[in-house]
Amino acid sequence: MISVTGVTKRFGDYTALDDVSIEVPDGSLTALLGPSGSGKSTLLRIIGGLESPDAGRVVIHGEDQTSVAPQRRGIGFVFQHYAAFKHMTVRDNVAFGLTVRKRPKAEVAAKVDELLEIVGLAGYQKRYPSQLSGGQRQRMALARALAVEPKVLLLDEPFGALDAKVRADLREWLRKLHEEVHVTTLLVTHDQEEAMSIADQITVMDNSRIEQTGSPRELYDRPETPFVMRFLGPVTQLGEALVRPHDIALSLDARPGSHEAQVARVVHLGFEVRAELVLGDGEEIAVQLTRGEADELEIAVGDIVHVRSTAHPQILRAVEAPEPEPDVLSA
Amino acid sequence: MTVDRRWQISLRIVALGYLALLLLVPVGLIFFRTFEHGVASVWESITTPAAIHAFWLTIEVTAIAVPLNTLFGIVMAIALARGNWRGKGLVNALIDLPFAVSPIVIGLSLILVYGVNGWFGGALSDAGIQVIFSVPGIVLATIFVSLPFVVREVTPVLKEIGDEQEQAAATLGAGGWTTFRRITLPAIRWGVAYGVVLSVARCIGEFGAVSVVSGKISGQTETLTLLVEKRFANFDLAGAYAASALLALIALGTLLAMTMIKPRREEGDA
Repeated sequence: MISVTGVTKRFGDYTALDDVSIEVPDGSLTALLGPSGSGKSTLLRIIGGLESPDAGRVVIHGEDQTSVAPQRRGIGFVFQHYAAFKHMTVRDNVAFGLTVRKRPKAEVAAKVDELLEIVGLAGYQKRYPSQLSGGQRQRMALARALAVEPKVLLLDEPFGALDAKVRADLREWLRKLHEEVHVTTLLVTHDQEEAMSIADQITVMDNSRIEQTGSPRELYDRPETPFVMRFLGPVTQLGEALVRPHDIALSLDARPGSHEAQVARVVHLGFEVRAELVLGDGEEIAVQLTRGEADELEIAVGDIVHVRSTAHPQILRAVEAPEPEPDVLSA
Repeated sequence: MTVDRRWQISLRIVALGYLALLLLVPVGLIFFRTFEHGVASVWESITTPAAIHAFWLTIEVTAIAVPLNTLFGIVMAIALARGNWRGKGLVNALIDLPFAVSPIVIGLSLILVYGVNGWFGGALSDAGIQVIFSVPGIVLATIFVSLPFVVREVTPVLKEIGDEQEQAAATLGAGGWTTFRRITLPAIRWGVAYGVVLSVARCIGEFGAVSVVSGKISGQTETLTLLVEKRFANFDLAGAYAASALLALIALGTLLAMTMIKPRREEGDA
């Protein structure tokens, strides 16, 4: 388990992390999700020992690692831009951590073969990183990190530099790899879809703070802050509440708690129909319907309809609370 | 297309013409004038005791100055590219001083510091060490004028490769020295090699600063460039050309060594 308590990190006047605490359960694949500048990469680098915190503690598997050098933390780190050793072959890249530890040659060779097999680069031993595609380089970097059998694996936007198709494939592949290898993994990403699709736990960060931690489902269904609600999926504002577009029902007659609206645009996206409506107060909202629902209502531009939230009452969020003052300004 | 082609050709002609006029013709002429009267007389004039001594002194000074500057250059480049310390900007500017200041001024300033009446001169001569008008002075002057080359070649390379590879090595368990030896040094080796070649060329060819501090004692503190100047001043033109040709040959040898090791890079990186 990785346990971070009360970590604060400043770069000059800028507070990158403000009293942050998280726990990553053993064997889990946890995603640190947040917009750029939210502090998630800094947190990962502090766990990896590449930055040192100004306050707080980092405990990995029960041992306080706060002031331990990265060399002795037993971590594997994967960088967004691969950090491939350009002058070494794929083989030597993957073997690096083992040769540093002066393991016997036969053991190193066997381990490298095994890992290259796992990451699907078996025939590439003698290639140089410049002869590999981005996806292959990142798989090489993963094999290199796994070679030293780290206690935890830290991935910093590992698919951020890849194109969409490769990214989706590698995401899938990483999920499967994690099921095989089962090493405690912490992955930094700004892509909510990526986090939702591979992580079993997500920690959402914003503004140098943790917003919420939970399973993907929990975060989506029971967001604790308007930020988490907005960050994890499309949101529309209905009266005082934030609602997902698929949690809004349309009817032709008024119902308890419904609002009157005029249809401004209807977009047919195959199975799904998106209706854009204008509420009485001029506010625009988007509603997501199935084709069946849309056909039944026969909605057309200009129609007057009534909208209401079908979400469970407790999901409804009051309109955003005022943003907490960042410490940077008051300091 | 045809216009582009014509442009290309004329640009090439201009570039080659420029090089030929300024470089190839004068250097070629030196070789021509050197061997004008046959190889025997050339051999004779470069094998006089003074010439042999000058040759070995030049090599000796270069062999001391270049390794020292290479070591200093690599350490300094890492400090400048990776470090974040007070006074970095000032040091960075100071490193260019040998480029900015005329070699004669450098020579004179060395006399002010190490000369008999200089700051350390008294103490040093009491200890029996003579710096000025002696080999140590020549070495000091040469180190000074060739100081910036390795730093200036290696710093931008270090900045360009960034520190991610070094961080990756650290997370894989490599300590500082292992990371330097196995990651950083291989990554900057071409920058270092180029800096070394430039330093060697400058050390062999240095005249101004060395001329001031050496005392020009034939057979003792006379380097090859000083020999060329002395022979020229004494109207021994053939001798001056012969010694110049020797200097030019050493320089060509250095460049050749550079081009011969270079192709290996393309193999490795391809």
